[in-house]
Amino acid sequence: MSSKPNQKTPEKSGARPRKDGGEDMIQRMLRSGPVGRIGLAIKPRIKELKFSLHLMSKSATSIAGVILIILLIILAAFPFFFAHPQSGRDPFLIPKDFSAPIPQAPGSKYPLGSMENGASIYYGIIWGSRISMAFAIQVVVVGVIMGTMLGLIAGYKGGVIDEIIMRLTDIFLSIPSLILIMAVAAALGRGLGATKLALIAVWWSGYTRLIRGQVLSVRENSYIDAARASGSGDLKIMFRHILPNSWAPVVVQATMDMGSVVLVLAGLSYLGLGAPSGYAEWGVMVSDGQFFVAVGYWWMVFFPGMAILMFVLAFNLMGDGLRDVLDPKMRR
Amino acid sequence: MTYITRRLLLLIPVLIGVSILTFTILRLAGDPTLTYLQNPERATPQQIAEIREKYHLDEPLYVQYYYWLDGVLHGDFGWSKTANLPASQALTMKFPATFELAVLATIFAVVIGIYVGTTSAVRVNSITDQSSRVIALVGVSIPVFWLGIMLIMVFYNRLGWAPIPQGQYTFTDFDRASLKSQTGFLLFDTLWSRDWNFFLDHLAHLILPAVTLAFASTAIIIRMMRSSMLEVLGAEYVKTARSKGLPERVVIRKHARRNALIPTTTVIGLSFGGLLGGAVLTETVFSWPGLGQWSASAAVNLDTAAIMAFTLMTAIIYVLANLIVDIVYAYLDPRVRLG
Repeated sequence: MSSKPNQKTPEKSGARPRKDGGEDMIQRMLRSGPVGRIGLAIKPRIKELKFSLHLMSKSATSIAGVILIILLIILAAFPFFFAHPQSGRDPFLIPKDFSAPIPQAPGSKYPLGSMENGASIYYGIIWGSRISMAFAIQVVVVGVIMGTMLGLIAGYKGGVIDEIIMRLTDIFLSIPSLILIMAVAAALGRGLGATKLALIAVWWSGYTRLIRGQVLSVRENSYIDAARASGSGDLKIMFRHILPNSWAPVVVQATMDMGSVVLVLAGLSYLGLGAPSGYAEWGVMVSDGQFFVAVGYWWMVFFPGMAILMFVLAFNLMGDGLRDVLDPKMRR
Repeated sequence: MTYITRRLLLLIPVLIGVSILTFTILRLAGDPTLTYLQNPERATPQQIAEIREKYHLDEPLYVQYYYWLDGVLHGDFGWSKTANLPASQALTMKFPATFELAVLATIFAVVIGIYVGTTSAVRVNSITDQSSRVIALVGVSIPVFWLGIMLIMVFYNRLGWAPIPQGQYTFTDFDRASLKSQTGFLLFDTLWSRDWNFFLDHLAHLILPAVTLAFASTAIIIRMMRSSMLEVLGAEYVKTARSKGLPERVVIRKHARRNALIPTTTVIGLSFGGLLGGAVLTETVFSWPGLGQWSASAAVNLDTAAIMAFTLMTAIIYVLANLIVDIVYAYLDPRVRLG
């Protein structure tokens, strides 16, 4: 990884050599039309993306992260392919087999062992990936959108608006959010929906602070003045010029937060506030199994915990790799 | 000095904001009437009316908040029903257990984090470096309650090295009450009373939860130390030190590590501040009678007085930790000016 971004040469970043002269009419039309304009705007970004991917492919840890994430996405998208749910039942409830009430060690019938009443841990881990993935995506996406908008407005507008938004952000950042989430979840009743709402309500504040800091420095660049001088409105400057140049740290943070959200969800479920007992949610499974550890049924806690660890680690590995790639100063 | 005063004054709007927000969310989230009753199922309408009258629950939200604020300004934080004590008294009673845990965890994290972070930066891209990066990532990815249960399984259930993971000591509460010193900080109390058996027993109970708690902070310190060390090692004064012919060991210890420690101090301070707020999950796993466990049960039982008192305390710690870190930073790095 010796190349610096400003030393990018066309052959390295994969741009095609330009043809001399002989453009045919269709191409010329495409260039002048709206499609062509989008193409021109996208081309450098594709170049950039290719270069970033090239850098990421050189880091073993990011590759490991990407592979793990792809595996998790496959599991989360097609869980029925790996573990058949019983027809007519909620697939997220681990099916039980009352003929085998005592937890069984990993073996041929239960690949990762079983919990009480023949609930398969393998089944729980497979379907748990769907719960975790869906939950994390919802919380992070809503949080990023809310946080980014607020931060962008605060940083760009400045003055009173900035002051109000940032004081509000400070308040949210200094609240012990876990306790507040717990209280809200407890009041709304045990369940994933309540936990999700409570988490979204506090999750945006970190992104607001991150993006505002970026915007403050980006808006001082001369290309922003140039855009304004050429008649671009506030909205266009914010979304076309400032946002694309400030979102790198948010992308990194959001990637890592996919893991953090799942950690919080598992923790809340462990404390009895997320998914109900018997669900294919990893934190609940740890909680359901923890008192059996003392009698030696280690698999009941070990495997669900490993599933959480792998999920969170995957996104942290990828986020770590992204940070190195997206921050030009860190490109070695 | 004016800088510190100004920062401290900024605490007031933050505290007001935090308390209004928490209060509103708590009230919007659920009606606490039933939680004040001994037997919610058999409550008579008269009892319910009494409770609503007593806690001003029929008043508008801002009036309820006013009553709460009025109490706080007179030193009355309300009654915590989960602790069965006034909330402020419960807070001071639970704090020492959390404090001891936080201090020990921070000591572990700082010692290991600085050592591993430095080594990893000095041998950048070596096997040591790569594995320490992965370890740091695992450290922030591990579910802390699971780590605690696994440690209990290995060190208590299997090996039998650790004492039973229930609370702070195996002695009776009577033994504790007969200690000569009663500050609540058990390590200090047992040492002061020269009760070595009690001291060692308490220390043994502390180690597993402290290790569990230290994991995440260690990971953060490793990362910070590594990156600031890498930055410092490229600095001119390190080149100068090397070209003077100083041994590498001296260059690393005296010139590089000292300067790399400055930004790391910030991270350490903030993570210690975070730990002081109580570690809900770790304390629950180890039945540790600290702030984390108490606040968790307060949250689940919608114990408004306790949640409000706890929230205020955490907000104060958060703001103070930020302030102290900024002051220490300016002291360590004279190039930084506060203002």
